[in-house]
Amino acid sequence: MTTAQLHGNGVDASGARPGWAINVDGLTKLYGRGCHHCLETTGPARDRNVCPHCQTTVACAGVSFELRPGHTLGIVGESGSGKTTVLRCLYGDMAPTAGTARLRDFQNGATDIFEADGQERRRIRNFLLGMVYQHPRQGLNMQISAGGNVAERLLATEWRKVAAIRERAGSLLGRMEVPLMRMDDIPAHFSGGMQQRVQVAKALANGPSVVLLDEMTSGLDVSVQAGVLDLMQELQRDEGIAMVVVSHDLGVVRLLCERTLVMKNGRVVEGGVTDQILEDPHHPYTQLLVSSVN
Amino acid sequence: MGPNLLRVRDLQKEFVLHILNNKRVLAFRDITFDVPACSFVGIAGRSGSGKSSLLKCLFRTYLADGGSAIYQSAAGDLVDLTDAPDDSVLDLRATEIGYVSQFLRPLPRVTALDLAARPLLQRGVPRAEAHEVVSRYFERLSLPRDLWDGYPILFSGGEQQRVNLARALAARPRLLLLDEPTSALDSGLQLEVVRLLQEARADGVTMVGVMHDTALLDELSDEVITMQDGAIVERQAPRLALAQAAP
Amino acid sequence: MTTDVREAAGTVAGLAETFSYNYAFLDELSKKAIRRAILKGVAIPGYQVPFGSRELPIARGWGTGGLQITLSLVGPGDVVKVIDQGADDGVNAVNIRRLVERTSPGVETTADTSAATIIQTRHRIPEEPLRKDQVLVFQVPQPEPLRSVERREAETRRMHGEADYSRMWVALYEDIVQNGRVTRTAGYPVVVNGRYIMAPSPIPKWDIPRLNMAPHLSLFGAGREKRIYAVPPLTSVTPLEFEDYPFQVEQFYGQTCLRCGSDTTYLVANPTETGTLRYVCSDTAWCDAALATKGEEVRA
Repeated sequence: MTTAQLHGNGVDASGARPGWAINVDGLTKLYGRGCHHCLETTGPARDRNVCPHCQTTVACAGVSFELRPGHTLGIVGESGSGKTTVLRCLYGDMAPTAGTARLRDFQNGATDIFEADGQERRRIRNFLLGMVYQHPRQGLNMQISAGGNVAERLLATEWRKVAAIRERAGSLLGRMEVPLMRMDDIPAHFSGGMQQRVQVAKALANGPSVVLLDEMTSGLDVSVQAGVLDLMQELQRDEGIAMVVVSHDLGVVRLLCERTLVMKNGRVVEGGVTDQILEDPHHPYTQLLVSSVN
Repeated sequence: MGPNLLRVRDLQKEFVLHILNNKRVLAFRDITFDVPACSFVGIAGRSGSGKSSLLKCLFRTYLADGGSAIYQSAAGDLVDLTDAPDDSVLDLRATEIGYVSQFLRPLPRVTALDLAARPLLQRGVPRAEAHEVVSRYFERLSLPRDLWDGYPILFSGGEQQRVNLARALAARPRLLLLDEPTSALDSGLQLEVVRLLQEARADGVTMVGVMHDTALLDELSDEVITMQDGAIVERQAPRLALAQAAP
Repeated sequence: MTTDVREAAGTVAGLAETFSYNYAFLDELSKKAIRRAILKGVAIPGYQVPFGSRELPIARGWGTGGLQITLSLVGPGDVVKVIDQGADDGVNAVNIRRLVERTSPGVETTADTSAATIIQTRHRIPEEPLRKDQVLVFQVPQPEPLRSVERREAETRRMHGEADYSRMWVALYEDIVQNGRVTRTAGYPVVVNGRYIMAPSPIPKWDIPRLNMAPHLSLFGAGREKRIYAVPPLTSVTPLEFEDYPFQVEQFYGQTCLRCGSDTTYLVANPTETGTLRYVCSDTAWCDAALATKGEEVRA
């Protein structure tokens, strides 16, 4: 598939490029065989994810949102909310049960990325998306150097000049405040904060249009968190990337996200401008969540 | 004064506190008023009158339950701030509608200069120029120079408020909402703030301001609306004569 | 065995009667299955086709993959050459040739590259350029070029399917960063027809460029790993390289073959009793022919 085919020729069927960077509609993921009771017997009203009839787990159901370039969407919720599942389906780590996702930079949003074949999906993931996992182990190759990790992303997007790759890797790592002299070291020996920063550098290496961040700061010291978040804000301003930030930490979401979705038991219960969600929550669960934080 | 930039009609807001057994708390109801372009509408009242909640509803920090707040955007569209889509609200906040509160939410590792310059930086103004604009406001607000490169998270309430003001004034939004912008400042500075706001108004900024200091409010406002227990109880026009002479 | 049986076994009919072997040892259905795998490989250049690897009177790891391909293709009129690291007289090559001779009447064997129709080789390409009517069959120990970066078969299959080769590239990149150059030597990974990364078998880097757009068909058989793959004639085969670190073949730094004096062929270094190195052509047939020509020139 050529890059031109990947990006589209600038005009879709309706004649215009969509205003969003990513559009997700009805994303649903079920673990198990499923039955027609699954959706109505699970969810926030029932306070459960598992269907009592067939024991199928409804990890997420009916998740829809749109995100503009340069904007950041937060998704908050506790374990079982389905927020991580949403990210992993979008990145391609797992296949959803139902729903569509479109990217403006993939054929002008005309094609559902879940309908793409293996090779196309891989190209979408390499060229258009970035993902930062909660545990650096999941996102980094601990057998190769920090620079090599970033280089891998560039190599996947067909960079073929060692000097250029090394320079870009060095500059990205430098931006994330990873010292140049550690570029050739294996990330297994780095602190958690530095590992996360290598992950972010790697996720951004290919200049993606959408970056997905899964509990990026969990497990980091508070001061380190502040540093990473600050860097993310700079990137938001400078790169105009659309970001989806999943977190159970409302402080992170308040800092980075203009809009927020609240999820419980796999469903979106509330969504809106972030300060409104945090200061004037309407759904009982959101009120509980917000009031539980100091 | 020009045509109405904002028309608020029958606006109402009630909080439903599910975790307190669905207790209902009224913020305000039946709020109707106009905000002509380049005017200053002041809102007075005691704490608990609902005036801050009203301002927050206009900014969409709170969701109104009923009524409307029709805003005329720079593009000429009429937007109901209470139910416009999130992205439209964010766009307006980025370019046209500003908000100054008593509280500053400081960002880690961002200096006072950068924080205040942010709206300008987001519009693409070069950093040096943005800093210069902001510095002038810092000067006039008597923010000590050695704090300009400091982190606002460590500032006093009054210092934070001044950074907030500088930020809002430098941004020159079409509509500026002010929630107790001088509460932590001494009287000398308060007068300077009044001057700055009057200059902003002359520059074309329309303002809706909440203040408990009625003297200052009278100094600034074309119309003062007084609220009590969530309702408007009085309307006055202290600045009417002056406003008719304004460009 | 009694004298009678041995005598009987010496003829084709005798073989068939005595030991119930088919022509070219394998039964026709097996040959058909192998040929089908070959055709699929030719249709998808560089793609590893799984096949049911048959039992042979040679142990796994000794060229059974290449041999199954050869046995599936030979017929009366074919001329078969077998070499092992360039030499026709290695023990392995000799044994394989003997098996072919004894089970395939009408098939001749030779050491002369230009006379052969099928050339089975272990770890080298003959120096003599091949023609479009010749087939080169490679013996392959490890058909999976990604094995060094990924142990799991399911994962390497996915990587090939999705053309997700960044792990391979990054291994080369790290090699360059750490050592200043790529330190891989034999069996250098190549891209076939711009799509699949392929293991060309442990041939020296010297031979890699000769696969590119070759007029002949190249077939690769891995008996132990049960894979067959192919490079059709006139197909692009390019080694993985970086713009600023291009692929380089082995250098011999002015050394020439001690026997024939060649400075244009791949040389192997054999240590002498005194501990010095003696460089000779790896391709013995080529070397013999060059020597014979030189002798003629001297005499002429």
